[in-house]
Amino acid sequence: MKRLLCTLMLLSSSAWALIETYEFSSPALASRYHLLSQELRCPKCQNQNIADSNAPIARDLRVVLYEQLEAGQSDAQILDFMVARYGQFVRYRPELDRQTALLWWSPLLLMVLGGVGVARHFRKKEHQPEPGLTAAEREHVNRLLQDRLP
Amino acid sequence: MQVKRFIPLVVFALLALLLFKGLSIDPTALPAARLGQPFPDFTQPELLTEEMIGVSALQPRPALVNVWATWCYSCRVEHPYLLALAERGVPIYGLNYKDDSAKARQWLSELGDPYRLNIADHDGTVGLDLGVYGAPETYVLGADGVILHRHVGVLDEAVFERDISQWFTTGRSVSQVTASEGGEG
Repeated sequence: MKRLLCTLMLLSSSAWALIETYEFSSPALASRYHLLSQELRCPKCQNQNIADSNAPIARDLRVVLYEQLEAGQSDAQILDFMVARYGQFVRYRPELDRQTALLWWSPLLLMVLGGVGVARHFRKKEHQPEPGLTAAEREHVNRLLQDRLP
Repeated sequence: MQVKRFIPLVVFALLALLLFKGLSIDPTALPAARLGQPFPDFTQPELLTEEMIGVSALQPRPALVNVWATWCYSCRVEHPYLLALAERGVPIYGLNYKDDSAKARQWLSELGDPYRLNIADHDGTVGLDLGVYGAPETYVLGADGVILHRHVGVLDEAVFERDISQWFTTGRSVSQVTASEGGEG
């Protein structure tokens, strides 16, 4: 029974869905394939890259990626091809342009703003004069200390 | 000192504005990278006649290019509206996207055929060149062959009136529409 179940599970199409084998002509192409398929974002299921996604469109893009790598296209050419069709959106590392400037620079901007805030906060503390004791307070302290001392 | 007291309020207001704007952004909306560019050329069979066609076959324009497939449920939902649009004289070309041609022909004979012609895009290559990521999608093809607009999802009267009708003369009678098309061709 168990064996039958296992066989049936193997027959299910979803078990095979992500198992694709591409024969690359060189190991360098294979490693570029892995890098690029992880950088390209699936247009349909937007929080996955095309390497992880099961969507038909992601599969199509993987095929295109494979074919273009084998055809000797450079990484830049392949990314341009994808961006021309699906926009900068399709890259997890979009190019720096006017539209993505905020995305690229805002972490730095926020860090600088935070740093300035922290610096100002500490400098203010440093420059605050120690509040002195009034004569009455000094006498009070002295009295307390004398009580404690043997 | 007085100004300083309002800094938290200003920061709060800005943040609230930002987040409020974020509420109305559709995270699934994709930028249409092909807007303003010519419709990518192709060589694919026509679904019914099986003769090879290219982008020049998409005449008259302006027209709609509707991406559809028999496996797409929403396409069935929008189909009656496409029939109505075709009746009103809007030229519609189909892009039969990654579909079985026999099933597609059966669909058209059963449900009616709103398309002037259909590109049989069995492998999805035309769709890929166009930046299609699902069906249904509808593109507005301008008189000069440039892609003017993309709508993702079911096309209905509200969407057509709001986003698309500006390029068509559907307000007029059908005879006037055909007359103006004749003038362009």
